[in-house]
Amino acid sequence: MTDVAFAAIDQRKVAVASQWQLVWWAFKRHRLAMIGLWVTAFFYLIAVIPGFFAINDPSQQNARAAYQPPQGLHFIDTAADGSWSFRPYFHPTTLKRDPQTLAAVHVPDTSRKIYVTMFGEGYEYSVLGVFSARTHLFVSSEARQPLFLLGADRLGRCVWSRIMQGTQISLSVGLVGVFLSLLLGIVLGGISGYYGGRIDFVIQRTIEFILALPTIPIWLAMAAALPQDWPATLNYFMITVILSLTGWAQLARVVRGRFLSLRTEEFVTAARLDGASEGRIIFRHMLPSFASHIIASITLAIPAMILAETSLSFLGLGLQPPTISWGVLLREAQNIRSIATAPWLFAPGIAVVIAVIALNFLGDGLRDAADPYNK
Amino acid sequence: MLKFIAKRVLWMIPSLVVISFMAFVLIQLPPGDYVTTYIATLAASNEVVDQNTAADLRARFGLDQPMIVQYWKWITGILLRGDFGLSFEWQQPVGDLIWERMALTLVLTFATLLATWGLALPIGIFSAVRKYSIGDYIATFFSFLGLAIPSFLLALVLMYLAAVEWGQEVGGLFSEQYLNAPWSLAKVWDLIGHLWIPVIILAVSGTASLIRVMRANMLDELNKAYVTTARAKGLSEFRLLMKYPVRLALNPFISTIAWLLPNLVSGSIIVAIVLSLPTAGPLLLQSLMSQDMYLAGAFILLICTLTLIGSLISDILLALVDPRIRLE
Repeated sequence: MTDVAFAAIDQRKVAVASQWQLVWWAFKRHRLAMIGLWVTAFFYLIAVIPGFFAINDPSQQNARAAYQPPQGLHFIDTAADGSWSFRPYFHPTTLKRDPQTLAAVHVPDTSRKIYVTMFGEGYEYSVLGVFSARTHLFVSSEARQPLFLLGADRLGRCVWSRIMQGTQISLSVGLVGVFLSLLLGIVLGGISGYYGGRIDFVIQRTIEFILALPTIPIWLAMAAALPQDWPATLNYFMITVILSLTGWAQLARVVRGRFLSLRTEEFVTAARLDGASEGRIIFRHMLPSFASHIIASITLAIPAMILAETSLSFLGLGLQPPTISWGVLLREAQNIRSIATAPWLFAPGIAVVIAVIALNFLGDGLRDAADPYNK
Repeated sequence: MLKFIAKRVLWMIPSLVVISFMAFVLIQLPPGDYVTTYIATLAASNEVVDQNTAADLRARFGLDQPMIVQYWKWITGILLRGDFGLSFEWQQPVGDLIWERMALTLVLTFATLLATWGLALPIGIFSAVRKYSIGDYIATFFSFLGLAIPSFLLALVLMYLAAVEWGQEVGGLFSEQYLNAPWSLAKVWDLIGHLWIPVIILAVSGTASLIRVMRANMLDELNKAYVTTARAKGLSEFRLLMKYPVRLALNPFISTIAWLLPNLVSGSIIVAIVLSLPTAGPLLLQSLMSQDMYLAGAFILLICTLTLIGSLISDILLALVDPRIRLE
């Protein structure tokens, strides 16, 4: 962080600013990282209250809406006399049979308009299991004509609402998995870097070994070992454990590298000469000086976890329906026939890509901001 | 140098022992065994298997012995006789089933590695030399996008485009007439014609991260004094680049074999399942699902061993290129 980075800020303020303050100032200058921060924050907001952003009950099956294509929203409502107003509406569809192929086709009825109510009442959902609510960001004003913003799947379930619901599982798998890897990584990497010697040697070889293994075959084998009839929460927890078992090695390496370089720093020697205990040296003196770097590494590890969960669930070895995650949703798009008839089933994939890009930008920005030698 | 290689090769032995044991434990993990699955399949077609038959079957497959005995039998069979055991599901020796698939997996991975280097090297150099140009921004944008798109999604999108827009099926590695044909020059040519789609899909994410690495390394080197010296001596810009900074920035390319290879193999398994390629992926998934343990074990063992050998090669190459590594 050079003077250039803080040209706009009063030099006297820079001199007395805390480290976190400096990191935040450097971070704010990184435009892509700021966008990443906002998008990530928005995604996690959805993950906390997916029900509010959903339109229809994500598990509600509707035989008449099977493979219903996305219904476009019209925002400007023109009345018969030519005056117009801002009032979103959509055309309801009716189910017809193609006279030649006998396939079901959804024909929009352009003569009718169904308005969309903001903050309207819809199906009842629970907020983090604490209380339940009925208010949604937007709902169809007629309960009998549900709005399928991103179409419906094979069983007529609303794709949009399912993506919203899936956000909760997919994003939290990343967090929980990274937390578990971090726990392993900090403990083992810390021991390895701080004590050195034989322990370091053994842990280092283990890390190298794990990093040299292709993860997918091992994940597949471990995930195949999970009984299919386990309850959803246990299954979810075990998947995150499996993901973090191979994910901790990278973090342990980062932690060890930091410990090694800090061990010989003068302030650590000074603390030792002062008679500080080992725990105090590690947690009070060393940990704060690389915490920002670790946070950046974690942020970059979350998208990898999200992608891993998506891949596993996509192959049918990760989370099992009726649990809804982005990977489980993408299973619907697994064969060529279903994606050729219903390309909107790809939509969860777009959510994955946006979330991963945002987290990558955020992590990149954090890493640059947290590096005191960055120019 | 020889000492370094010898040390590194010796290190492979304990790693291989651990890998083989791990592969065996992994395939033993699922509750029940193949006989359970087999009985369940029979029960689905209303055939009842009594306890004695089940016990007989277990004894025949050696499933009733303690795990360590089974492991010992398995690993000695592989080492001494090259016998990977019997696939329960296919009722064939595992060796007959895997070699062609493993060879195709190797071909696919190697082709992807070459494609990744071939794409990432020039783009990374360009991106660094023309820093903050439009080309650099485009390269950066695509490398972030490449990192974020899971390879199976890319494969699905390509399949969709091929089916809907161009009206043809993507998938497989051979045309129909060559599917069961013996190997010939025409079949190899056919393979190359089909190989490029999975190669491109797989190369995307590796290329994306390598571009970032190459760009960062080049940027570090470009500011060094020797570059200025070379320029002052009147070297042409292209020769100067190729002669000094690129050579230094190449190190990570060699070391990428070590970390790119596991990713490539992992990615190739998923992509192969989606595109139904005749490589290890689909058969591995199927054998895991049906608890065909010797087949799954052979795949996991071979895939992990190949990856370890890959990282061994990359370590040795790196030591050859960069003397600093050896001295560590």
